[in-house]
Amino acid sequence: MDTSVEKRIHTLRERLAYIEDIFAGKHGEDIDLLQDRLKTFEERARAGAMGDPHTEIGGIEDLFGFVERRLEDNITPMDKVRIVRHPQRICLRDILENVYDNFTEVGGQDEHSLDPSMLIARAVIARRRGKKMHVQSVMVIGQEKGHGADFRNGGSVKPWGNAKALQYMRVAETEGIPIHTYIFTPGSYPIEDYPGAAQQIARNIYGMANLRVPVVTVISEGGSGGAEAIGLADKRLMLSHGYYSVISPEGAAAIEGRLKAGERATPELIEHCATSLSITAQDNLKFGYIDRVVQEPPLGARPNHFDFFRQLRQEMLRATDEVVLSTRRLSFYKRIALRRLRRPDVNLDDLYIRWGLSSQAKSRLVEKRQQKFLRLSRSACRDRRPFFTKVSQAFSDVLMRPYNHLKYDLYRRHRRKMAAMVEEIDTEWELFKSRLFSPFRALCKALPGNRGAAAEDKSAELMALSTWTGDARRRKWNYISPRYKIDRTITCPNATTYGCLDLWGPDLFAEFAGVCSYCGYHFPMEPEWYVRNVFDEGSVYEFNSEIEAGNPLHFPNFSDRVEKAQKTTGAKSGCMTFEARIDNIKVVVAMLMGTFRGGSVGAAEGQKFVEAAERAAKKRYPFLAYVHGTAGIRIQEGTHGVIQMPRCTVAVRRYIESGGLYMVLYDTNSFAGPVASFLGCSPYQFAVRSSNIGFAGPGVIKETTGMDIPPKYHRSYRALSRGHIQAIWDRPQIRGNIKQALLTIGGRNLYYR
Amino acid sequence: MFDVKALLDEIKASPFRKIIITAPHTGRVNFTSVQPGERVTGPQGLWKEKPGTLLATLDRERNPKPILALEKGELETLYLDLEGCFVEAGTPLAVVRHYMTRTEVQNELLKKTLHLFTAPERAKYYFTPEIDKKVRASGSQSVTVHEGMELFIMSRMKREVPLHYAGPTGAIYTVYVEPSASTDAGQPLIGVCPPDQLTAIQEAVMQVQTEWKEEA
Repeated sequence: MDTSVEKRIHTLRERLAYIEDIFAGKHGEDIDLLQDRLKTFEERARAGAMGDPHTEIGGIEDLFGFVERRLEDNITPMDKVRIVRHPQRICLRDILENVYDNFTEVGGQDEHSLDPSMLIARAVIARRRGKKMHVQSVMVIGQEKGHGADFRNGGSVKPWGNAKALQYMRVAETEGIPIHTYIFTPGSYPIEDYPGAAQQIARNIYGMANLRVPVVTVISEGGSGGAEAIGLADKRLMLSHGYYSVISPEGAAAIEGRLKAGERATPELIEHCATSLSITAQDNLKFGYIDRVVQEPPLGARPNHFDFFRQLRQEMLRATDEVVLSTRRLSFYKRIALRRLRRPDVNLDDLYIRWGLSSQAKSRLVEKRQQKFLRLSRSACRDRRPFFTKVSQAFSDVLMRPYNHLKYDLYRRHRRKMAAMVEEIDTEWELFKSRLFSPFRALCKALPGNRGAAAEDKSAELMALSTWTGDARRRKWNYISPRYKIDRTITCPNATTYGCLDLWGPDLFAEFAGVCSYCGYHFPMEPEWYVRNVFDEGSVYEFNSEIEAGNPLHFPNFSDRVEKAQKTTGAKSGCMTFEARIDNIKVVVAMLMGTFRGGSVGAAEGQKFVEAAERAAKKRYPFLAYVHGTAGIRIQEGTHGVIQMPRCTVAVRRYIESGGLYMVLYDTNSFAGPVASFLGCSPYQFAVRSSNIGFAGPGVIKETTGMDIPPKYHRSYRALSRGHIQAIWDRPQIRGNIKQALLTIGGRNLYYR
Repeated sequence: MFDVKALLDEIKASPFRKIIITAPHTGRVNFTSVQPGERVTGPQGLWKEKPGTLLATLDRERNPKPILALEKGELETLYLDLEGCFVEAGTPLAVVRHYMTRTEVQNELLKKTLHLFTAPERAKYYFTPEIDKKVRASGSQSVTVHEGMELFIMSRMKREVPLHYAGPTGAIYTVYVEPSASTDAGQPLIGVCPPDQLTAIQEAVMQVQTEWKEEA
């Protein structure tokens, strides 16, 4: 048989295997038809029983094309998940070879890399204007799945791989070249080795929130935190057969089906979850989390679809040009250029737009990016604030801004200067006074009556070196856990290790504040305990309590569960935001409550967090995120939840850069998305003793990496050892420690500074 | 002088240890469905994170405390007559017959036959360079130690002191000390075997390795 026919048969066989794989047992009739026709052709061709095999194989190829187009119409979200995971799916190296004119891999090569699943390359694109050729550089960063190569780890990036990505983003920023990121990851590799999966993703998101170069992202497989690590971009494109989700459909099915370790979800449940999570490009475009969909060939792009690469190149050029043009001030020119760019027939290779930006344009770029993320997902939560409240709030914002500016930026600054001057004069005067009166003072000391008093003072000084007057010795609490009523003894979990004796319930939950008096183990307490005991009595003023958690994806049976949580806890969402005072220092607090659906973060919680950060910035108050507990992003809200990661991080970054102090305090269990973004990015993070901090729980680590992890893997002490948190506090000392932290660390614009 | 063979026979005749599980404190006992004669397991997993079989619960002040099997074995006795009774601390609740594993038998054998030279204080211990060279070249059993011989360098906080051997003359059969790890005071550093017993011990250990079926 002719080798070219052999080759075409081989290609058809691969296409058939691909169809079989991605539909996983569905559409059996179509597959049988194709199989049958291919087999018959192969037998006849080998027997030499056909005149012109080229014509006949052309017919079979047409049939394949026809069936593929027909199957394309019936494709389900789970089929798309199988498409992006297939070894024949395009990978980043294919894109580098076909979309860019040339590239040099940096930060490692193939398996000889810090993390082979993160591929970084300097690539160039040549564009023409008239007869002149312009070569434009970009930094390409993305996860590499490598057609199933083992060492690529399926695109699951380890913490140091994400650190490498951030390092080269900084390089691009220094060099002033745009960044193109490509997301091909099922999720990040959930290990806590330095710098820690969560901590590094948080650093990446925080870094990208302020990158002063255009960033364009393409999402093929966008799995949660791993995707966000390189996904905070000015333009987010998505391949039409890709998915972008908070969790894999299998993971969602395991949670929905309440499966234990080792149990597997049924294919129907997985399919149901994939559909309910709204993970497709079309869904995400509708929600506004991506800007454009790049259409792929039927059943997804594979390395031989060269037309697709040509189209992707045009889309990348268009997106980068649009971002650059959007930062320009010349609106007339901008409008013309944008109109030209948007024409479908335009060949962007023949259109040259300089990608370099001026300093002001860079600032506008960052501002636009931040505003874009802050605007997202606002409609995904139920905002029950009355119209009047909203209007009055907006009105007061407008009024308060110049007032705060006058009060803090002008008056306080000058007052401080005046105070410093008065202080200096006062010191000089005191010195002068002491010298003037020193002869009289010596005479007074020599008098017999004064000696006894001095000796008494001296003895008091020696007898009592320090006095316990602070909050540390507090024995009476403003709020006592209702569990103090349980009439039984409790065993400390460390009893076998440290030999702790049993604790009497009423003592433990009242006077001891839930702390084992033998080993110091901290039993979890209710969020109310902190609200009432950490802050000044009667100083707590809650705001935005009318923003309620909802069910934006209409996830089956989820509305009832949210309502149940609301009834049980009395809260409308998992995040309580309030203003309070600690020893008369005013703070804005966002508290994630572990009692409300595990403290998971959805659109409502994100919105409240963003508004709290903005309020703290406006009022020049310190901002404290108290994490009573968080299980991660609320999976039933899908991308509405996952988008809170970049969104809240942007809000936090804006707050910190405005000169505020952002502190995080972890308690009980804090995991996944929030820790890997707006909590983990804080420069000052603390934990309450016995808390656990991490990215993924033991079950998920075992499932994704196959590794058994030691029992105390997520303990806060490990987070302290690797530098994630700065200190571990005891519960009774939280108030004192926060007060000390407020007075000793923090930003330049705080009102009490 | 030990009769190694007789020692091994003695272990073979009674190849188990009886573990008496007692009440850690006062309380009311409730036994579970485990019955005498059944197999029980001790703590399992790489870090012994999975607890052993639940034998009973001891309830004091409405705080039920699990009573677990501490070693793998067969539940020989369960004091079922105590069911629902209030017991004092130390009252036997169950007896587990733990079959000795290959490693346990070997350690038992060596503990009784070898002279153990122990660490005088917590420190890191290294062989002197000459001994170290010999151990690396032809194994520890090629080294014969005698009273007063300079054998180890005791290193603590960069303070290095020579340590002289004290005990009967013989070959180093086992090295317990790990380089670059601290050894606590009283822990064995080496096990020394009298020259006339070396062959007998080697044979006994070989016999245990090949014949003993019970594994950890």
